[in-house]
Amino acid sequence: MGKPEDGEKKKKIKDVEISVPIVYGNAAFWLGKKASDYQSHKWTVYVRGATNEDLSVVVKQVVFQLHSSFNNPTRVVDSAPFELSESGWGEFEIAITLFFHNDVCEKPLNLYHHLKLYPEDESGPMSTKKPVVMESYEEIVFTEPSESFLARVQNHPAVTLPRLPAGFILPPPVPVEDESKRKRGDTKDHPLSQWFLNFSEADELLQLAAARQQVQAHIAKLKRQISMTGRNNQQFKPL
Amino acid sequence: MDAKDILGLPKTPLSITQEKKSRPQKDSQRKPDGISREVYALTGGVAPLMPSIDVSQLKRRPPSDEKITWQWLPFTSSARKDNLQLYHWARDYSFAKYNKSVDVIRYTDEEYEKHLTDPKWTKEETDQLFDLCERFDLRFIIIADRFPTPRTVEELKDRYYSVSRTILVARAPSPGEVAGHPLVKEPYNVTQEIERKRALSMVLSQTKHQERKDAEVLAEAKRIAESRMAARAAEEPDLPIASDIGPESAERAVGPGDTISPSNVQVPAPAAAPSTSLRVYLRTYALEQMVQAASSSAGLRTIKRVEQTLQDLEVNLKPKVPTKAVCAEHLELRKEILTLLNLQKQLQYKEAEGSSFRDGSYGDMPGSAKRSQRAADQDRTFVLDTISFGVIPGDRGVKREQKRKGPGRASETSSSPAGAHKRPRKMKASDL
Repeated sequence: MGKPEDGEKKKKIKDVEISVPIVYGNAAFWLGKKASDYQSHKWTVYVRGATNEDLSVVVKQVVFQLHSSFNNPTRVVDSAPFELSESGWGEFEIAITLFFHNDVCEKPLNLYHHLKLYPEDESGPMSTKKPVVMESYEEIVFTEPSESFLARVQNHPAVTLPRLPAGFILPPPVPVEDESKRKRGDTKDHPLSQWFLNFSEADELLQLAAARQQVQAHIAKLKRQISMTGRNNQQFKPL
Repeated sequence: MDAKDILGLPKTPLSITQEKKSRPQKDSQRKPDGISREVYALTGGVAPLMPSIDVSQLKRRPPSDEKITWQWLPFTSSARKDNLQLYHWARDYSFAKYNKSVDVIRYTDEEYEKHLTDPKWTKEETDQLFDLCERFDLRFIIIADRFPTPRTVEELKDRYYSVSRTILVARAPSPGEVAGHPLVKEPYNVTQEIERKRALSMVLSQTKHQERKDAEVLAEAKRIAESRMAARAAEEPDLPIASDIGPESAERAVGPGDTISPSNVQVPAPAAAPSTSLRVYLRTYALEQMVQAASSSAGLRTIKRVEQTLQDLEVNLKPKVPTKAVCAEHLELRKEILTLLNLQKQLQYKEAEGSSFRDGSYGDMPGSAKRSQRAADQDRTFVLDTISFGVIPGDRGVKREQKRKGPGRASETSSSPAGAHKRPRKMKASDL
């Protein structure tokens, strides 16, 4: 158990789920004329808020584990934006470990991203101006968040709170420090932001709804056919 | 005499020496000692890399370190009419070593008065019990059968073991001396035994449905336990175990002496599954778990068919934007597709049934070649109706309609009508 004073902060709140939508991946620029054998691309691997909000309200530190051929393959990033730039020639799996603030979660979480340098269409021309981008959408779900965590994030744009149960009283919000004093952690004006992919759940939901409708219609049809065949079979059953 | 002799070909000096050299080599390699060639062939034939059977063991005689004694004994022959007594050497009975018996402790009457009285047992009954135990070597099933008053096996065992234990302890000079005796160390636990046997009989009499449900629940518990192990990076002294199943309790639930009944395995329903037991998780991971749980009773082929159907419907096998709503919809869709596939199978069987009735050939199986043609034809029209997922609102729908090659081919993609599962599936979703 933690110290007595921590107990207050660490009080868990049931029935509330905090979900943090993130996007992680990489952007890679071909170096063109300046490319050498071992440095053909300049790439950046990153973890960002799905809507480019500052993740440091939730994430304390991100560790990127690179291929062992890199010097100091364990790269620690202590502040947002959580990114790492390097140059190289090879594609490999990067282990991204997210460390959260103490009142958020004591265990780190692992993500795995396969660094992408070369475009899908291998025959197409490589451009030095347009990067190859590979991103994955993910949501981190915190069930039973601590009171202090909830207080900190209840109005924060990086975090999604569901509709709270009736009669639920939110803890008093923590006054946010002066925005201008802090270094910007959001990625809204990030140099790579023009290449960020757009993840809209609306399209996927639509596709899923349409698919479900079709499947349900076919199920109904099959049920009718089954009962019909059953009736037909009755006529021919051996005595 | 070999082939060359028959053909009349000259034997070169080289070949002769080669034969001479290779033959003894090959011989020892091919024919093992101790057993005949045919028997050796049964075990996998010539020269295994590592002999799986020890050949020398095969023809071994019984171990000669056994004590075999001979006795000069008299005997009478049943073939003789006079009573002539002759003598001969007779070997001791080789099966005598198997005649073991149990050392049943017998108490004296004083000991009974002093330590062993019990409200539920008369002295007479206890005496009878011990007689039977000695006579039948603690075969309690038989003892229970022969016992004059009706008693359950557990009651008899309980009485016997507690009496023996008490006597042992009472007779021992000090408690420490008998502490190691198995009767003292492991006391008989009646309630636990009754419970264990009840659980065992329940497991034995489970229906198939129940069995599947149990497997599902246990797989779920295992997965929760594993994911919790994985997520537990460092020591967490103040980590509350929210759900009732932790890795330890999961093992206890299936261990001896505990019930295995599903009601005791407290795992949240698959719908809520890992989400409620893990405090922090990735949504894609949770979805994967739930998908696995939902299809845990389905075979590999069914799972592949579900994925094929998803592809036909132009749905990503793993959602690109896994929000809560998307994941929920995705899971529901998969479940509905499973239902769809099951209904298709049902329909096929009904059809096959119908065909067999019409034909008058009741002995045929649904998949037999003779009828599969007609059944397949019938199925094709139905299947075509059900699997024509080419019509999707929007531009993409129109394109895919044009690409479809023809009614017959479309039916081969996802489901397998009566005969089709015998044909290799060459069609891809992109062919539609």
